[in-house]
Amino acid sequence: MGFSTARELGRTALKETALAPNGPDSPGSVGWTEAKTVRLATADRPLELELGGRLGPVDVEYETYGELAPDGWNAVLVAHALSGDAHVAGWDRNAEKTGRLWRLKKPGWWDPMVGPGKPLDTRRFFVICANFLGSCYGTTGPSSIDPSTGRRYGLRFPMVTVGDWVRLQALLLDHLRIGRLYAVVGGSLGGQQVIEWALAYPDRVERCAVLAASPRLSAQGLAFNAVGRFCIMNDPYFAGGDYYYRHAPAAGLAAARMLAHITYLSDKGMHERFGRRRRNGVSPDARDLTDRFGVEFEVESYLDHQGRSFVERFDANSYLYITRAMDYYDAAARWGGGDLAEACSRVRSRVMIVAFDSDWLYPPEQCRELALALTRNGKPVTYVRVPSRYGHDAFLVETEDVGRLLASFLRR
Amino acid sequence: MKCVKLDLEAGPAARRHCAEPPSEEGASMPLRSRWQDAAIEDEIPEGASVLDLGCGRGELLARLARTKRARCQGVELDAEAAFECVERGVPVLQADLDEGLGGFPDRSFDFVVLEETLQTVRRPMRVLDEMLRVGRRGIVSFPNFGFWRVRFGLALTGRMPVTEKLPYQWYDSPNIHLFTLQDFTDWAARAAVRIVRGRVLADGVLRELRAEDNLHAEEVLLVLERETSPPGEAAGPRG
Repeated sequence: MGFSTARELGRTALKETALAPNGPDSPGSVGWTEAKTVRLATADRPLELELGGRLGPVDVEYETYGELAPDGWNAVLVAHALSGDAHVAGWDRNAEKTGRLWRLKKPGWWDPMVGPGKPLDTRRFFVICANFLGSCYGTTGPSSIDPSTGRRYGLRFPMVTVGDWVRLQALLLDHLRIGRLYAVVGGSLGGQQVIEWALAYPDRVERCAVLAASPRLSAQGLAFNAVGRFCIMNDPYFAGGDYYYRHAPAAGLAAARMLAHITYLSDKGMHERFGRRRRNGVSPDARDLTDRFGVEFEVESYLDHQGRSFVERFDANSYLYITRAMDYYDAAARWGGGDLAEACSRVRSRVMIVAFDSDWLYPPEQCRELALALTRNGKPVTYVRVPSRYGHDAFLVETEDVGRLLASFLRR
Repeated sequence: MKCVKLDLEAGPAARRHCAEPPSEEGASMPLRSRWQDAAIEDEIPEGASVLDLGCGRGELLARLARTKRARCQGVELDAEAAFECVERGVPVLQADLDEGLGGFPDRSFDFVVLEETLQTVRRPMRVLDEMLRVGRRGIVSFPNFGFWRVRFGLALTGRMPVTEKLPYQWYDSPNIHLFTLQDFTDWAARAAVRIVRGRVLADGVLRELRAEDNLHAEEVLLVLERETSPPGEAAGPRG
């Protein structure tokens, strides 16, 4: 997309933004935001990675909202999910400059939760979110330049894990001079980071809120990720991950995203939202034979849109690395020799686990395992199952219920 | 630590807590201002651990956390009630106990409470067994179907009694296991469960359990523990 087009798009979007009910001037908004970047490891002092290998330099992009209290009691860390970024709330002042044009039209990914008077109340809390390692939103990842070659890493980027992400977040807190977190909050893959926080840094966090996440991904979840990666790696443009200076494996990444979106919804939710409704743009006897198989049903149109918009904002290699980190994460294996209750004996924080009825990516029964592992250790725990038809997406969509639970959990 | 699956069936109990009869005129009274709450509070020493099965909106546990600095855990089926527990700062495990509840370790709580819940569960014996496995002591409260007014109601009208404490019709009652105080003490003697203390609501007055209370008590609250020695001395009321 050309620069002038971007600027035009930017101007139009800014006008719309100013009028939006959640616009930067609305009372619940954190307003205009600016990301910061910090170098937390260098080539001389690299980051030691969980699965071996070293990485340096490592830059981390993060955003903060609210003010840190003089004694630092009020820091709340938000952990983002697979395709998320550090831009949790508000409107990105630099969206044009950084080419993240999709941010011109909407606020951060969890804007209903973070802001003045919202559940993560920025009048009270200092909210932090950092883009994780291997992603493509400012933190070092496979699309970053490898200083030893001068080219982008691609698949030469080392394998990273949820453990690495959390350790890097702890390094960021060191940098910000925050000893102990009031809370860590996250959903989905972000929720797994919260679990890792409770286990890796039991004395550094008071409260852990795990939304729509279990201590490890099920075989079904692993299978979904496998198909997503298969689509990317078998795209004719994938080129062993060295596609950066050429055509990106867009079809593969779009297919991976379309599949993922199916797993984020529920059968019932899809039925209610799309049913079998058609757009009537396609006729079964079209003269151009490929037209017969164009986008016809509403649900196809939805997936098509999700796939297309994703390739504009995400890096295929990052998708490979992040889904792999998601696959590998197993809290019980990492901290309890395979025994989750043993792992949970480490926990010192208050824990709230929120599951969603129709979530089949992290089903309630699997989220509950963490709660039961805590009760086996005689630790108080809150486990709540929110009634919802929105499937895994519910942790983002059910803002009223999630907001109510988070606000309550953070109150005391 | 031995970890046996706790498979209580107190699911309907939880529902019952949230399906209390609507109080008159919108109710400005507290949601659960039962005499049992105060009686249970009397039994709980400072700093004890308490598991409340079918904890409803968490009023009792919030109270015990406040007044006794108790280590509390609730179990509740209803989502809205569980939300209110969170709002009260009460840790709550939302679970349908009919589906089985993973392990609470043996004797991991000082007290396990079954407040107005036992008569609503499908398998009361299992619930009681589990209560006395997980807790050093159990506290159980229930309406006494041996209460004279209930007896006379049935005898005179020929219909299932509907009283202030038992306000349900037969078809919408969550009370699926109806029993008397005498039935309960018979079981306790057989099961080698000692009644440590009993309190009853009789004629609108809260007092200690007496021998003739199967007739006089409208509601009962008993503190239970497993006999460590052989049974025999468990003194039950008659009436």
